[in-house]
Amino acid sequence: MFEATELNRKNQKTERLWRLLFLMMTVLLILPVLIILGVLIYHGGPMITIDFLFTEPTNGMTAGGILPALVGTVWLVAVALLVSVPIGIAAALYLSEYAADNWLTRSINLAIINLAGVPSIVHALFGVGAFVLFFRFGTSILAASLTLAIMTLPVVIVATRESLQAVPHAFREACWNMGASRWQTIRHVVLPNSVSGILTGVILEVSRTAGETAPIMFTGAAFFLPFLPQSVFDQTMAMSLHLFVISTQVPGVPENLPFGVALVLISMVLAMNALSIAFRMVLRGRKKW
Amino acid sequence: MASAGPARAIVTRKLNLWYGTFQALFDVDLAVRAGIITSMIGPSGCGKSTFLRSINRINERLGYVRTTGSIEVMERDVYAPEVELLQVRKLVGMVFQRPNPLPLSIRDNILFGHRLHRGSQKVTRSREDEILESALTQVLLWDTVKDHLDRPAVDLSLEEQQKLCIARLLPVKPTVLLMDEPCSALDPKGTEAVEELIWELRGDYTILIVTHNMAQARRASEECIFMLLGRVIEHTATEDMFVAPVRQETADYIEGRYG
Repeated sequence: MFEATELNRKNQKTERLWRLLFLMMTVLLILPVLIILGVLIYHGGPMITIDFLFTEPTNGMTAGGILPALVGTVWLVAVALLVSVPIGIAAALYLSEYAADNWLTRSINLAIINLAGVPSIVHALFGVGAFVLFFRFGTSILAASLTLAIMTLPVVIVATRESLQAVPHAFREACWNMGASRWQTIRHVVLPNSVSGILTGVILEVSRTAGETAPIMFTGAAFFLPFLPQSVFDQTMAMSLHLFVISTQVPGVPENLPFGVALVLISMVLAMNALSIAFRMVLRGRKKW
Repeated sequence: MASAGPARAIVTRKLNLWYGTFQALFDVDLAVRAGIITSMIGPSGCGKSTFLRSINRINERLGYVRTTGSIEVMERDVYAPEVELLQVRKLVGMVFQRPNPLPLSIRDNILFGHRLHRGSQKVTRSREDEILESALTQVLLWDTVKDHLDRPAVDLSLEEQQKLCIARLLPVKPTVLLMDEPCSALDPKGTEAVEELIWELRGDYTILIVTHNMAQARRASEECIFMLLGRVIEHTATEDMFVAPVRQETADYIEGRYG
């Protein structure tokens, strides 16, 4: 009575086939990442010493460490986020909590999503025109960070807006019906319940920003500058550009050096991502509905 | 019964409402008596909830809503230009179909509204405890929750959550309570308990309750409004409506011929 029929067996075969196909695609996806990591660790791992992290490059960047680039990347990312995060969250709050749902709001939302897809070289050239030349910031951390900020802004807005929309509408209605103003509602109910998503979005942006090369190479990142930046008006080295330079522009670089730089860069990014996941888990654990 | 206030808590004149181009209310003229329970019945989509939601102007959040005519609450036009929307919402509380406690403790839920409106003025813990006890006692919930006021409100049963949502309005001192099918997410026992509570609140508050449940309207209200396709068809004492409806449409609906 419960034996498989001919049709059942045929179904089972198809089922196995699809399952196998999907599994293979997943492996195909993970494999390159694992290989990249493996190669980086194999070649770059031995490079990484305390000296490597904390000294300047020497001998025309063929020896020495990466300190100026490391510090420079931290500067660039920090200043960029200092600008883009407050503006991005404020804009997302306006679009999600205040703006009426009409064609204007909808087209602004659409524009923001499209803006996130603008190639980074376009942002780079905009940055040169706007910040380096027009505002006369020169090639500096400020100009480079502002360029990065413009680039990350749409993503911050989209991520924040999605976290805000994930807060049930019933919570807002509950507040309004007790006579809460928009801001009171945001402050006491919407933000506390969306902060985990917003933080995750922001931290993921950090890792993306740290790896960008094009937007900073004309606006503030230096080819070789073995000093630490003193203010936002200085130029600086940066990890991503440094990697590009020693891989393609400088003769006589030891084979393992770029691997070492790449490994440090990727570790920074992965560490940020891990932090974001940890944040999300801690904050989600407190959420209940 | 509160004797000082006006006899009519909610008065509308020629109220028309459009969602975009769709007209949801047509020339609604209603006068809801203060201090009693009035129920609103009618088939789905007849404009009951829309009417309810325009009284405390919660509808406005949707950008495409347009109204004409007037709505007066306690003899004041709520759409008058000098009206502070937050004061209207304070005076006119609303309870929803699905209980919507905030993701906070029971205590913080009840005190939420009060904290919103007291500004920077300091309030002692014992005063807050009084408010808490009084609100929860009024909704017959105090004895159940008094020992775990710091537990999350979402851990309560649906019936208790709905009572909490009613209690949450009280510290803000509303005069009108709007209830949009407050029992439809509850089981029969919960429904009975919440109905009983609503009956208890009668006199202190003007209660306007939308319901799909004809038996509930009959048991738990003193006056009844029947709406159909955005128009008020009949508004009489509940008894009269169920025993001797004046209009044919009302009779048809009550006897279950449509809806």
